[in-house]
Amino acid sequence: MFNRKYLPILVTFGLFAFLFAAGSFRYTGFFSFQVFLNLLIDNAFLLITAVGMTFVILSGGIDLSVGSVIALTTMISASLVQEHGWPPGAVIPLVLVLGSGFGWLMGAIIHYFKIQPFIVTLAGMFLARGLCYVISIDTITIDNAFYTKVAQTKIHLWSGTSISISVIIALAVVAVALYLAHYTRFGRSVYAIGGSEQSALLMGLPVARTQILIYTLSGFCSSLAGVVFTFYMLSGYGLHAVGMELDTIAAVVIGGTLLTGGVGFVAGTVFGVLIQGLIQTIISFEGTLSSWWTKIVIGMLLFLFILLQRLLSARRQSVKA
Amino acid sequence: MNRLYRHHLFWPLAVLAALLLFNLLYSPDFFNLVVRNGHLYGSLIDILNFGAPLMLVAIGMTLVIATKGIDLSVGSIVAIAGAQACLTISKGADQNAWGVVLSAIGLAIGLSLVLGAWNGFLVSATGIQPIIATLILMVAGRGIAQLITSGQIITISSDRYGYIGIGSLAALPFSIFVVAAVFLLVSLLIRRTALGLFIESVGCNPRASRLIGIRSRLVLVTVYVFSGLCAGVAGLILSSNVASADGNNAGLWYELDAILAVVIGGTSLNGGRFYLAGTVVGALIIQTLTTTIYMIGVPPEITLVVKAFVVLAVCLIQSESFRKKIVQRWKTRRYPAEREVARHV
Repeated sequence: MFNRKYLPILVTFGLFAFLFAAGSFRYTGFFSFQVFLNLLIDNAFLLITAVGMTFVILSGGIDLSVGSVIALTTMISASLVQEHGWPPGAVIPLVLVLGSGFGWLMGAIIHYFKIQPFIVTLAGMFLARGLCYVISIDTITIDNAFYTKVAQTKIHLWSGTSISISVIIALAVVAVALYLAHYTRFGRSVYAIGGSEQSALLMGLPVARTQILIYTLSGFCSSLAGVVFTFYMLSGYGLHAVGMELDTIAAVVIGGTLLTGGVGFVAGTVFGVLIQGLIQTIISFEGTLSSWWTKIVIGMLLFLFILLQRLLSARRQSVKA
Repeated sequence: MNRLYRHHLFWPLAVLAALLLFNLLYSPDFFNLVVRNGHLYGSLIDILNFGAPLMLVAIGMTLVIATKGIDLSVGSIVAIAGAQACLTISKGADQNAWGVVLSAIGLAIGLSLVLGAWNGFLVSATGIQPIIATLILMVAGRGIAQLITSGQIITISSDRYGYIGIGSLAALPFSIFVVAAVFLLVSLLIRRTALGLFIESVGCNPRASRLIGIRSRLVLVTVYVFSGLCAGVAGLILSSNVASADGNNAGLWYELDAILAVVIGGTSLNGGRFYLAGTVVGALIIQTLTTTIYMIGVPPEITLVVKAFVVLAVCLIQSESFRKKIVQRWKTRRYPAEREVARHV
């Protein structure tokens, strides 16, 4: 018997397939493996961030600081490598530790002082964005050999298609996240806390540790995304990734994860990110749309998608009842 | 004393007082008020004048949050209302004519009501989570605002329209009267009629409210329409203040500042209870903070960092468990020996 809990994720996948097919019929040159791979290449950082955000949202929280943490990571990396001559081998671990520490701090404040995640991570967003400008208000371009090498390296697959190193990192993150969410005690606890924090506490689950770990994980993911973003942009700038937190949340929600927590899959998030990328690709293939139309179309598609999902989940509830 | 301490306005007012005290110590000129050409000038008036749009948006947001919702689209509605009003005026033959100005205001307000109703429809009829439902308009709204202005900044010159943002009535900025009128009206509506109770009831449990006979959908639509209206009026004030409309940057980050003001004011994001006066104080805290940061000559780049720390400090002070922990730590530090004895006895 087909398990109904997989329905939202199937819908997400179905919509992705439908959009891809529609694009292929409409535009010549759309239907190719490389277009699909480009989705991954251009959205590797979004994918990594969204995976971290999935855990946060599954636990019933929210993390608004991700975009700023990405910007801060690019800024610190660029400043240390370019202006202070640090080796990338030292900078990358350092920014990852800093990002995780930032997430840990927010998680600890959220848990121990019982302040709403929305507000704590909002303060975190202001703080990280502000720290960017403290470092510098201008763009710092990176011409370090290691960074340019990683940025230009292409890993060739069959028949002329290729991916970047960022895609490998992103896919590795997804694999680890799938394992964490579905095969570990930590993953179980995340779902349980999202279902009901009180019940989780009464069941004897380590709520404090899990909750703080969730935000640490999200902080780690956003700083890793920042590292990938640095490879992608080859610069550090305080205005990088503005509004990324909302893109990320949208991707997670399109992937079928409920914002109230407890329901959703990491795999859904992957397709949520791919759908967002696909919308951008279709708009760029269309070519005649002005920049403001892009925003309106993305808003409309977001609306259609959520409505579809809503209808399906409503039917699911009536079946259950 | 204990009652005073427990009052919901105690901490917001204490923070505001601390900010004002800091300003008084830092530069005594802060409280100076000067009358020039029948206008009152001074930092305090500036705070009220520039804070007016934020106060309006935050009042609307308070009611939305009271129903356990959130409205992320207010910043976009601010931009759209300003864009529509400026477009209408710039097209008028005589930009100062009453007809042109009034139709501009009417069109902008009408548009913001429609947008609010759209949000309300999404939240109440389809059951989409508010943060996502309003996210749609937040994303698309900036596009709509740019569509209205054709991607450009529309500049206008209309004294009658400018009166909304820079005019003064009885020596005080006109915008303050708009805020005061809205605040009084809403306070009366929610505390003298059952509307406030309905809103709180829907915020606690929409289903239970519907079962006891409250038309929870109507209540939901109403608060989102009202939030849209507040944002629309804020858009009018903002655009008339600078005599231009910028689809991209008008009202940017307003949603976050408004939510912040509501939370600082003591309203919980979990819905079911709200404090209008607290929200107004919260908005004043944010505006005073911004003014203070500029005044003490902190480089504008660091504004966000200072804001982050103040936000965190305000929330920590308000957090019951933080206060308990601090008090406990203080006590254990003070009487370690006695505690040790007590534990072993």
